[in-house]
Amino acid sequence: MSWAPAFLSNPERFMAFSRWAAPMFGAIAVILGLVGLWLGFSVPDDYQQGQTVRILFIHVPAAWMSMFAYVCLAGASFLALIFRHTLADAAAQAAAPLGAAFTFLALVTGALWGRPMWGAYWVWDARLTSVLVMFLIYLAYMALRASLDDEAKAARAAAILALVGAINLPIVKFSVDWWNTLHQGASVFRADGPTLAPVYLWPLAFMGLAYVAAFGSLWLVRIRGELWRRRAEAAAARAARG
Amino acid sequence: MRPLLALLARETALAWGRGGGPLVAVGFYAGVATFLPLAIGPEPERLAAIAPGAAWVALALASLLSLERMFERDYEDGALDLLALSPVPLELTCLAKCLGQWLAAGAPLALAAPVAAIALGASPALAPLVFACALLGGIAFAFVGGIGAALSLGARRGGLLTAMIVLPLFVPPVIFGGGALDAFASGLPWTGGFAFLGAYAAAAVAVGPLAMAAACRNALS
Repeated sequence: MSWAPAFLSNPERFMAFSRWAAPMFGAIAVILGLVGLWLGFSVPDDYQQGQTVRILFIHVPAAWMSMFAYVCLAGASFLALIFRHTLADAAAQAAAPLGAAFTFLALVTGALWGRPMWGAYWVWDARLTSVLVMFLIYLAYMALRASLDDEAKAARAAAILALVGAINLPIVKFSVDWWNTLHQGASVFRADGPTLAPVYLWPLAFMGLAYVAAFGSLWLVRIRGELWRRRAEAAAARAARG
Repeated sequence: MRPLLALLARETALAWGRGGGPLVAVGFYAGVATFLPLAIGPEPERLAAIAPGAAWVALALASLLSLERMFERDYEDGALDLLALSPVPLELTCLAKCLGQWLAAGAPLALAAPVAAIALGASPALAPLVFACALLGGIAFAFVGGIGAALSLGARRGGLLTAMIVLPLFVPPVIFGGGALDAFASGLPWTGGFAFLGAYAAAAVAVGPLAMAAACRNALS
């Protein structure tokens, strides 16, 4: 995606691109999601987890996206802070609620899976705690943006917070390796190949791609909305000046 | 070096004297520590189990108290503008502010922490480690808290916002310090958690002033 900032840094070009890209990603997300769900419901029960294995097709991609959205948020914040680019700032602003929503989904589906499997909705292990901290950082980011009246100042303050909070990302990712957690370690993206059974890999792959496409589509829609809002405000300010 | 020492003296004196001085911090700390047995129940064995952790959590909450005025007062009366214009880099000014905050709030709280832990029923043998953890954790709380205070400059309800920004970032030191105390209390090796706490404090000292200075410049722009 390194080409994206350079190519899309022109707002006009971005608007022209996102105009068709947003609905296209949305359609891809729906198709892949339907296939993924159908596959997810047709796989055999797991010998240990039984029916609850199907929760993982919702939970695991949501957890991936919670981190991916934070990478996007931090990257866009970095670009906005260094180059003072309004589009990057709009992208950061648009990514935060999406990331918070995916994180919330991951936490809730994880709790629903944990109750039958671990016997508890919640345990305070490193993976769960660090993801919860990430959720709180998303909330703090949105709260900070909302409570500063000067939009330019709010944008830069929030960007600094997003970069400080990025310290949590490696903790989330490697918590299962650094600490002995109840949450299992990585079983898909591993150097020695996935340890997940292939029957479960396919629905997971479809759902993962569907989540990525959904995030891309929603992100573009939200950035577009944010740019329109700013244009409308600028136009209103111009009209007020006369 | 001389201007830096003068700054440190100024910040410490201000932090010592202003609204949330050491007395208020320690008083609040004592208040929270008093609440815990009332809420949890006064059975000594139950209290003793949670005493180190409770003393530690109360410490994190008490260090939130004086954060709000850390930059806000200088921002409102224009002193922050002068500090930003001075030959001392703003990063070092922020460092001095955090050290002043630590001397005025963190260190008195560290003295009060063992007392609170023992009053809640922790073994007196734990007292030195509680003190050391509180002293080291206080550095982390001051430098991370400063980031939150600087970011919420000029915000509506700045104090609440500071707490919301800072509390998730307080989670690692609370875990490491609580882990070290818990391990010591049950006779396990505790140096790991303590070392992690020190590492977090060191990282906060390294990163905090940069973020604080950036946030102050943004607020002043």
